[in-house]
Amino acid sequence: MTDRIILKAPWELEVLRKSNRLVAKTLAELASMVRPGVTTLELDRFAEAFLQARGARPAFKGYRNYPFTLCTSVNEQIVHGMPSDRALVEGDILSLDMGAIVDGYYGDAAVTLPVGGISAEAQRLLRVTRECLERALTAARSGGRLADIGGAVQGHAESHGYSVVRAFVGHGIGKSLHEAPQIPNFVEPGRGRGPVLKAGMVLAIEPMINAGAPEVRVLADRWTAVTADGSLSAHFEHTVAITENGTEILTALD
Amino acid sequence: MPKEEAVEVEGTVVEPLPNAMFRVQLESGHKVLAHVSGKMRMHFIRILPGDKVIVELSPYDLTRGRIIYRYK
Repeated sequence: MTDRIILKAPWELEVLRKSNRLVAKTLAELASMVRPGVTTLELDRFAEAFLQARGARPAFKGYRNYPFTLCTSVNEQIVHGMPSDRALVEGDILSLDMGAIVDGYYGDAAVTLPVGGISAEAQRLLRVTRECLERALTAARSGGRLADIGGAVQGHAESHGYSVVRAFVGHGIGKSLHEAPQIPNFVEPGRGRGPVLKAGMVLAIEPMINAGAPEVRVLADRWTAVTADGSLSAHFEHTVAITENGTEILTALD
Repeated sequence: MPKEEAVEVEGTVVEPLPNAMFRVQLESGHKVLAHVSGKMRMHFIRILPGDKVIVELSPYDLTRGRIIYRYK
């Protein structure tokens, strides 16, 4: 990843709209399938077939040899959980993260969903993390600064007694899954406010919020990231395009 | 995505080069070409051969770095 932020032309935004919208649609379909007893591997198979039927390719599969279409992270798993024959249980929270490639351009989004009825604490964590993403999207506007995004997330999460994961960050996106800039969900002291956000930037913003401490541990499968203290973790992600007339959420369904 | 950060390592300045560049010998034995961070230049922190310094290395090019700290 180089440091230069690649600005997208209007025709490129057109393609990015397609790929990101497809990701949003797939996640919406998956959301309707999530219930106790379903395995994460079933969700993964569905997602892959859904993308292929629409002429798209999964973006994660094959990325650094990752073998699946989805990342399915349950409860204390933060991100990069691998689909398996683990059946979902009432009370779980499940993060679904997926990327898709349409005509060479990447889409990327994630949601955390309740499985059946969940505890009041889990509900609160999901709500606050979703609010963190909303605040981040408000901060991501033309003329603003990159660090405003992290500031918005960190302020909201920490005021609720939660912590922001430091080991993973959001990213620019376009013809590769990960482009500059890195988008931390926290403020890095001494690093300044970062670059000015400009029309043409396409950013994947993804706060990861832990109910406990921010520390991360990666399991022996070398992918699954879990909270070091075993506390619950939630993750929401949208891909947005910065434009002159406001920020467009590319992974939103209207 | 995982956060990618520059790796920080300690080293000793071996020789000064033009344009505020230095050859630095790292603790690992490798020699890298390092320039002085802008912040250090602004504060006129002078660097001489033999000084112990912290060098930040880019994960992409491990033969070049920037000097971000000089030990007293």
